[in-house]
Amino acid sequence: MTTQTQPMVLLKGIRKHFGSHEVLKGIDLTVERGKIVSIIGPSGSGKSTLLRSINMLEPPNAGEIWLNGELVNQPLTGRAYETHINAVRQKMGKVFQQFNLFPHLTALQNLTIGPIKLKGVSPAEAKVQAMELLAKVGLADKADAYPARLSGGQKQRVAIARALAMRPQVMLFDEATSALDPELVDEVNLVMKQLAAEQMTMLIVTHEMNFAAEVSDWVLFMEDGLVVEQGPPEQVLKNPVMARTQSFLRKHLAS
Amino acid sequence: MMLDFSVVPPYAGVLLNGLLWTLLITALATTIATVCGILFALILLYAPLVLRWPVRFICFLIMGTPLLLQLFLVYYGLSQVGVNLPAFWTGVAALGLHYAVYNAQIMRTAILGVDPGQTEASRALGFGRLATLRHFILPQALLVATPQLGNNTLILLKDTALLSVIGITELVLSSQLSISRTFRPFEFYLTIAALYYVINLGMEWVLRRLARRLEAIK
Repeated sequence: MTTQTQPMVLLKGIRKHFGSHEVLKGIDLTVERGKIVSIIGPSGSGKSTLLRSINMLEPPNAGEIWLNGELVNQPLTGRAYETHINAVRQKMGKVFQQFNLFPHLTALQNLTIGPIKLKGVSPAEAKVQAMELLAKVGLADKADAYPARLSGGQKQRVAIARALAMRPQVMLFDEATSALDPELVDEVNLVMKQLAAEQMTMLIVTHEMNFAAEVSDWVLFMEDGLVVEQGPPEQVLKNPVMARTQSFLRKHLAS
Repeated sequence: MMLDFSVVPPYAGVLLNGLLWTLLITALATTIATVCGILFALILLYAPLVLRWPVRFICFLIMGTPLLLQLFLVYYGLSQVGVNLPAFWTGVAALGLHYAVYNAQIMRTAILGVDPGQTEASRALGFGRLATLRHFILPQALLVATPQLGNNTLILLKDTALLSVIGITELVLSSQLSISRTFRPFEFYLTIAALYYVINLGMEWVLRRLARRLEAIK
């Protein structure tokens, strides 16, 4: 089996519960290399938890997570688990709703610390690569600024660049624009579209139906820890089959 | 009362010697207080119970009694049971540990105050637990705690005077030695008071600069 034929991300029967509350009730998903999958659904439907389980920030209770042919949630413990999961996470870029930039580091240092400390890249080379990425997200002039001096949109663009600096195989976006003022959403969406054009494999949890329709190859509608409906965006977002999807979209498109 | 400061210059060497000891004790005790303070905070937060309980007990012992009493107990008490430690190191260690306990409480709060999103971002990049603590949590906690740690250092400076009771010729004991020769207490007391003020001002200046750097990231 060559890596070319393997899906980039493969989820099999993912289940997660917090106490007696079941948040994910068996999710299956296949994301092929270079594809973009959007996950939509009401608050509390489990879409963020699903995304968090993929890089084991929220380890699932059952099921399998595969990244490019490698089992992510291996039954390891202690040091062996730490070593394994730290290596796997380097291959998955994560973008948070609240940006979570490191406030004590400049924008540039936010990008270089990962490659330098985790991948042994020389500081000089890490800096060159980081500057390229900052230029790509349109923030080369902010390299020496601390996060406190950046706007929300700029912070999120730095955060995306930080994730990209690790050269991940897949990018996970958890409501990347939900904490932004409306007029700052576009600049972040633009960067994400640019990534999409470069064939980056992406999983996007979002509340923006128009954006999902525009960039996605596949859309998942989740509710109550289950996938209610999935398919290409033209189908799920424009002509949904399920009544629940229809009513959700009616509310969302009306607002 | 007539003050005649001309009695002081002949003892400048004695006072200068005392000043140097005071500065040295402050520097060493502050180092111990900071390093052990961070260490204690980490133990109180993350270590297994076998380590946590002894540290809790040390904190309880030290917070419950005056530093002066602790110095007597450690220095004279230990010599009673046959342990003869040099007065200087006993004093520095006791002073440092005393403030380490207070610094530990400050650091503990500061570490807990770091946004959990920082840990998430670090772990998501692939940093391990220890690396996360070292590169992201501790630096941010230290920045937040710096003004309070600095304040403790200002207080510690003044408490170095207590080491005079175990025979360390820091500023206070140096002045008393000079007074015992000249019988002019106030000239010498006022002189060393001025010296304490000068050190204080210097330290405050450093702290203000640190605070300004802190503002840049807030």
